[in-house]
Amino acid sequence: MDVPFWNREIETADRSRLETIQLERLRETIGWALKTPLYQKQFRYAKISSPDCLRSLADLRKIPFTTKDDLRLNFPRGLLAVDMKDVVRIHSSSGTTGIPTVIYYSKEDVNNWADLMARCIFATGATSADVFQNMMTYGMFTGGLGMHYGAEKVGMAVIPIGGGNTKRQIKTMKDFRTTVVHVTPSYLLHVHTKLEEAEVKREELVLKKAFTGAEPHSEDIRKKIERIWNIDAYNSYGLSELNGPGVAFECVYKNDMHLWEDGYIVEIIDPETGELVRDGDSGEVVLTNLIRRATPMLRYRTRDLAYLHTDPCPCGRTHRRLSRIMGRTDDMLIINGINLFPSQIEEVVMRIPEVATNYIIQVEKRGDLDHLTVKVEIYPKLFLGDPSQLEALKGRITEELRSAIILHPSVELHEPNSLPVSEGKAKRVIDLRPKE
Amino acid sequence: MAKQLTIFLENRPGRLSAVAKSLIDNNIDIRAFTIQDRGDYGLVKLIVNNPSQAYLALANLGCACALKDIIAISIPDKIGNFELLTSALAENNINVKDAYGFVLQTNLKGVCCLEIEESQSAAAQKVIQSAGFTILKDDELYNL
Repeated sequence: MDVPFWNREIETADRSRLETIQLERLRETIGWALKTPLYQKQFRYAKISSPDCLRSLADLRKIPFTTKDDLRLNFPRGLLAVDMKDVVRIHSSSGTTGIPTVIYYSKEDVNNWADLMARCIFATGATSADVFQNMMTYGMFTGGLGMHYGAEKVGMAVIPIGGGNTKRQIKTMKDFRTTVVHVTPSYLLHVHTKLEEAEVKREELVLKKAFTGAEPHSEDIRKKIERIWNIDAYNSYGLSELNGPGVAFECVYKNDMHLWEDGYIVEIIDPETGELVRDGDSGEVVLTNLIRRATPMLRYRTRDLAYLHTDPCPCGRTHRRLSRIMGRTDDMLIINGINLFPSQIEEVVMRIPEVATNYIIQVEKRGDLDHLTVKVEIYPKLFLGDPSQLEALKGRITEELRSAIILHPSVELHEPNSLPVSEGKAKRVIDLRPKE
Repeated sequence: MAKQLTIFLENRPGRLSAVAKSLIDNNIDIRAFTIQDRGDYGLVKLIVNNPSQAYLALANLGCACALKDIIAISIPDKIGNFELLTSALAENNINVKDAYGFVLQTNLKGVCCLEIEESQSAAAQKVIQSAGFTILKDDELYNL
């Protein structure tokens, strides 16, 4: 097979060279981190006063983990290492509460991210001859702009269409002869079901590749996508805390995702003990960003469960492959590629006096897409017997939820004390989607 | 003003019979009922012989219910009377939020229950009486 490299030297560098780069960049990152309130506190505790305190990569373990809570408690500037005048981009993503996670990027950070992204794209065989339709949400999410900048760097013709409006997506694929898309697996399957309605035949489209991400999915789903569309589908992994997409990506061999070890230090830990697991065992993915100065991120607990392959890939890359994400260590849900914490919904429900505090979050598949329903109980004391009051209430809840979680849930009003009583957060979520 | 009992019920089997049972257990007698269907849920409206007791019984059961003011009009069962009533209200710009009616004695007596916005209620009652209709007193309605 023909194996393209964006940066062959780095992508095939041997382990000792990679580790040299890692240590050098880790020290530089410590320097940047020391300018931030969060890490100043953490390093005092870990007795790290300068980059020289790290003699080897093993010393990384001296640094405590960074969690989503740390980001929430230090919102908005607690991890900012540069002056705002040097910040050229701000992205955010769902926080466990109404407080989002914020990441700042300097000009170099945006460029480095775009370069890693270009490396990912090029590894699949996509080139400047391709026409790229970016079907991921733009805006504050990193999925849109992150892939966009990488795609432009590779020289593809980029169509920044964003998500939704399926008929328009199909028409665009036809009009502009799209060859590559970036999309969630469920949406790509959904689009296929709408071809007939859009009166476009698959033969009229020249789609060749899909970069699928934002949603954990099985090998079966990938194969289904490849089969019904007759394309190659490449798995993508990333998270905004570590830039966005571009952390790990599949090569032409499509056998799990190369994680760029000159850009990140990856550790797989036991989520209970925090200790490193044995090589190849699964655990929680912990990532350290080696090339971002505006918002240093050290030993970030992603809450994603996966393992690292120990055997080499036939492509010749020395950067280890991360398996598909197998699950989460927390209660975060992913609905059509968008992260959702049940606590975000809880915050909204608690704020509305006309509904009681008991609620249920139900997730199910409707066709290929995920659908979210929030069930609440009306609060008897504030019930006036007025249908317009109830409709207005439903409307208000829906609006508040959309504003908080971006997603568009259905809202159902239920009788008092009719929903199953929960014994803690775990029972609030009913996920009816098949496990795949 | 006469009270109608409004109950929020989910649209699924068993809810109406649960309400019926509670009313029997509390010696409540139903004089009229209707349901305003809203899809997943509905609003069940009842005229009963003792609305406040019925309210307490259902509230104790955990139901979300409310007592709403309604104007209960005695209408002789004769063709043209409904038109007379509604046109009188329309001429005076009175908006009917909700309504239902039933015949008590064929060719003799009928009742029309109207829900009118509070701000228009007094005016509505005047219009109804001027049109020649009688408004039932509370106990007259409850003991139909």
